[in-house]
Amino acid sequence: MKKWKYKGRFRVYLPRFSALKTKILNRSTDFEVHRNWLAITHNLSIDQWYYDSTSEWTLDYPPFFAWLEYILSHMAKWFDPKMLHVTNLNYDSDMTILFQRLSVMALDLIYILGVKSCSNLIGNGKLLVFILLVSNPGLLMVDHIHFQYNGLLYGFLLLSISNMITSNYIQAATWFAVLLNLKHIYAYVAPVYIVYLLRAYCFTISSSDGIHTPWYSFSITNLFKLAITVTIVFILSFGPFIDHLPQLLSRLFPFKRGLCHAYWAPNFWALYNFGDKVLQQILPKLGINVPKLEASMTGGLVQEYDHIVLPTIKPWMTFILAGFSMLPALIKLWCLCADRRYRALSFIRCLIVCATCSFMFGWHVHEKAILMLLIPLSFMSVLGDEDGKLFLIISTVGHYSLFPLLYPKNLLAIKIFMLLTHTAIGFGNIPSLYEVPQKSKSSKRRRAFMRLPMLSHIESLYIYGLLILCIYENVLHAAFGLDRTLPFLPLMLTSVYCSIGVFYFWIRYYYYFLTFNLSKLPMVGSVNLSVYAKKVN
Amino acid sequence: MSRKADPDRFNVTKDALLPGLFFALLVRWCVAAYPYSGQKKPPMFGDYEAQRHWQEITVHMQIKNWYYNTTQNDLQYWGLDYPPLTAYHSLLMGLVADWLDPESVRLFASRGYESDTHKTFMRWTVFLSDIYFYVTAVLCICIDAERVKPKDQKNVFKRMDIASILFLLYPGLILIDHGHFQYNCVSLGLFLWAAFFIVAIENDVLATIFFVLALNYKQMELYHALPFFCYLLRKCFIGLPPKGKIKHIVSNFNKLAIAVISCFILIWYPFTGSWNDILQVIHRVFPLKRGVFEDKVSNVWCFINVFVKLKTVYTNEDMAQMCLVATAAAVLPSCLDLFFRINKKKFVLSLINVSLAFFLFSFQVHEKSILLVAVPVAMHFPEDPFMCFWFLLMSNFSMLPLLLRDGLLIPFIATNVIYICFYSISIKLAQPSAGFFSFFNANRVFKTVHTTKNENSVLVNLLSVNFFFSVFGMFWLLVASLFIVPPPSYPDLFPLMISVYCCSHFLLFFIYFNHQQFSIPVSLPAVTKVKTK
Repeated sequence: MKKWKYKGRFRVYLPRFSALKTKILNRSTDFEVHRNWLAITHNLSIDQWYYDSTSEWTLDYPPFFAWLEYILSHMAKWFDPKMLHVTNLNYDSDMTILFQRLSVMALDLIYILGVKSCSNLIGNGKLLVFILLVSNPGLLMVDHIHFQYNGLLYGFLLLSISNMITSNYIQAATWFAVLLNLKHIYAYVAPVYIVYLLRAYCFTISSSDGIHTPWYSFSITNLFKLAITVTIVFILSFGPFIDHLPQLLSRLFPFKRGLCHAYWAPNFWALYNFGDKVLQQILPKLGINVPKLEASMTGGLVQEYDHIVLPTIKPWMTFILAGFSMLPALIKLWCLCADRRYRALSFIRCLIVCATCSFMFGWHVHEKAILMLLIPLSFMSVLGDEDGKLFLIISTVGHYSLFPLLYPKNLLAIKIFMLLTHTAIGFGNIPSLYEVPQKSKSSKRRRAFMRLPMLSHIESLYIYGLLILCIYENVLHAAFGLDRTLPFLPLMLTSVYCSIGVFYFWIRYYYYFLTFNLSKLPMVGSVNLSVYAKKVN
Repeated sequence: MSRKADPDRFNVTKDALLPGLFFALLVRWCVAAYPYSGQKKPPMFGDYEAQRHWQEITVHMQIKNWYYNTTQNDLQYWGLDYPPLTAYHSLLMGLVADWLDPESVRLFASRGYESDTHKTFMRWTVFLSDIYFYVTAVLCICIDAERVKPKDQKNVFKRMDIASILFLLYPGLILIDHGHFQYNCVSLGLFLWAAFFIVAIENDVLATIFFVLALNYKQMELYHALPFFCYLLRKCFIGLPPKGKIKHIVSNFNKLAIAVISCFILIWYPFTGSWNDILQVIHRVFPLKRGVFEDKVSNVWCFINVFVKLKTVYTNEDMAQMCLVATAAAVLPSCLDLFFRINKKKFVLSLINVSLAFFLFSFQVHEKSILLVAVPVAMHFPEDPFMCFWFLLMSNFSMLPLLLRDGLLIPFIATNVIYICFYSISIKLAQPSAGFFSFFNANRVFKTVHTTKNENSVLVNLLSVNFFFSVFGMFWLLVASLFIVPPPSYPDLFPLMISVYCCSHFLLFFIYFNHQQFSIPVSLPAVTKVKTK
């Protein structure tokens, strides 16, 4: 009996309801951002959308998202017309809140659709993936408490992935193009799509050795089809704004912001900044003079910041770093694409690797961007033991790193129990998928004390460390009376501690992907997605 | 004792336990984010302010003056009206509050003190009390339910994880404790521990001690006192050795008596200065002048009040006597049956019957008292899921007017939907062919309990139809009370309709559960414990 299959059934319908319940808790600036966009799109003519700057929260998403706000604004009329006044800044009547929250929940249906389409492709572990994705605490926190529309975006991403697995390349490309026009942050993973579509779709013959590329099989028609589809989507999106393209682009890609967000996302730059801070303290003691600067990075007010000891980072450096770090993975993907049966898996793995690279080295990365790797990885967690194991680590760490997003103290318990529920589902169910059947009873070894399933001692210790960190942050820090003198220390600790975990994940997963070869197959518990692989043309 | 030597090893299903448990706790916190009773409603505020005020009083006053009206202790402003254990609990929390934020318990100055930090603190106190008393007791009871389950029986509601999740997700208690703000979880948790010691461990002395503690936390636990009394008294007379019967009876009885008396003395010791002190506490705990009911309660008196205005016809004393007679008549059959045909299953049913009788007929009943009935019903849940689920839904619904006043509409709907979902999924676990709405089908639910028996009779089908229309009625009453403005001459139209609707249900449930209790045979089939090899 597939016992685990039932376990999670409990959770299927629920997270959405719990989301409903937390709806009045906390309204962030993003709430006002979206209200303002509703007002802009409703009242102004199209050519004004990207010029208006009544509010400081100007429209900085691509056109499709603006259109979405336009459609929503016509429903918002029925709730409270006052929220649609452009000058009505920081307006938050009860009906406005209700409308905004309901809109997030309604658009989440697309996410559930995407999840459904992905999880249906899996044989063993279908339900588990569905539950893991639907109960994702990160999305609940960011969308339903903090307020954003990420569920919708990830719905499109998942739809695109599921189409990719079933070899509907044109559809997959369409969904991804739509996604890009909803939010341009996904351009970070566009190289993966380009490489994969080129190799898998435009080259019609696949060899199994993985090195040799059959150049003669290049199909110009397929490339043409692909190009036409994507171009049509972009024309639909940017067409109406063709006269205002420079202004639009300047809104979409602002480089006035700093290297890190107010709260450092747990990436490479967090470690870099931390190193800078440490050196700043240590060097004077060693007798080396450092220039003094007043600005504090974690203060949240300073957008631009110069490092004191280490070299200051410029935007172009981050792009080059991210690009170069992706390159090996893309080359490896090109090779792995040769095998028709398993290339869809490689595609998703490469997507995760590249998302992680961009998260690690990107310019002004938000902590929310970690969802970009967590969501595809949740899908992969039942398809390979290494994926499952790393998922357990990174989902705990990654979701924990989102905690500072919801700073009010009364949300603490909700955050913790949301994360605990999700981790309990993960740790309770994923390991049993990869259990190797024991030959004899005597050889059955008990897990060492306090060691988490599938993880090594050090990794378990690291996860337990989060617990200590959480206690320190919320209880001890204030009890020691440090909250006056060092108010940002807990935030810095969180991001540095989590960035170690993300770094570890990045290296492990990258290594796993690069050394992956098809002789490793089949893995225990792995699922044959190859049934969906169709011959192109 | 090593693992091997344990004679009573048993296996329980733990698959969904951890996620379910965390989810149940998450739901509590989501509800806690909503306003409490009387938030920003001066001058009297609500239950939240009462609890805070008791902390203030107990921290700053002499223990002797807690129940007296003095210059510093104005009994008109939320005077302490629960037994001493509540006061001690308040003292404990008050000391912590005093350490964290002295302003929140300053004498006089802190009246109506409200802030987000303080709200979080108060919510934490409820949450921790809930985990410490109630959740642990529920887990123990559910583990025992699976332990004594015969191995061949496949009752999904006796699976430990499912039973405990359903028990913990019961919306009524979550909404009242974590939303409305009260500490029912403490007294109900202590009561559950007492019941656990009777049903599972058969340790009568411990059961007595815990029940006395529960009684000293809230006097409302008297609703449960009679079954405990009958059961424990009767236990003194059975299982006697052939020689020295009387000596044995006396020693059995003495054990219990000593436990009760010593507990009472320990708890009441600070108030035993004079008889006056004790009488003052008792007078505070049982106020007669408050009238037969306060708001619209779903009991018989409120039902009759629709036709005859009781308060104008009878004085309070007359009313009290009538209540006493009616209650005594209602509890008598169940108690006598328990006393003369004693067994453990009857004990749980008798708890339901007696507390329901008290709720329906006694004096000074509050809407929240339905929780005292609901918890034994939740204990009985695995035996008879269909009727118990119906009852529990109805009990939530009967508290709707109260919850609407507190602004807890969204959590009310959400917790109920969650509860129904979990129930429906549990049925699906037992019968994979079941759909989402198959919990309306009584026959299906009965089959999950008795897999062998086939009860597809007209009666069962009728029951399903009734249940459907009952839920249908609840739904439309909810919609009506939200959207229809009542005529100005009857401002309380919908609360009254709800209470009448619920009361008629409760009366029928009363008959049903009494019938169930009487139809249980005296001798139960021998319990076979499930043991691992």
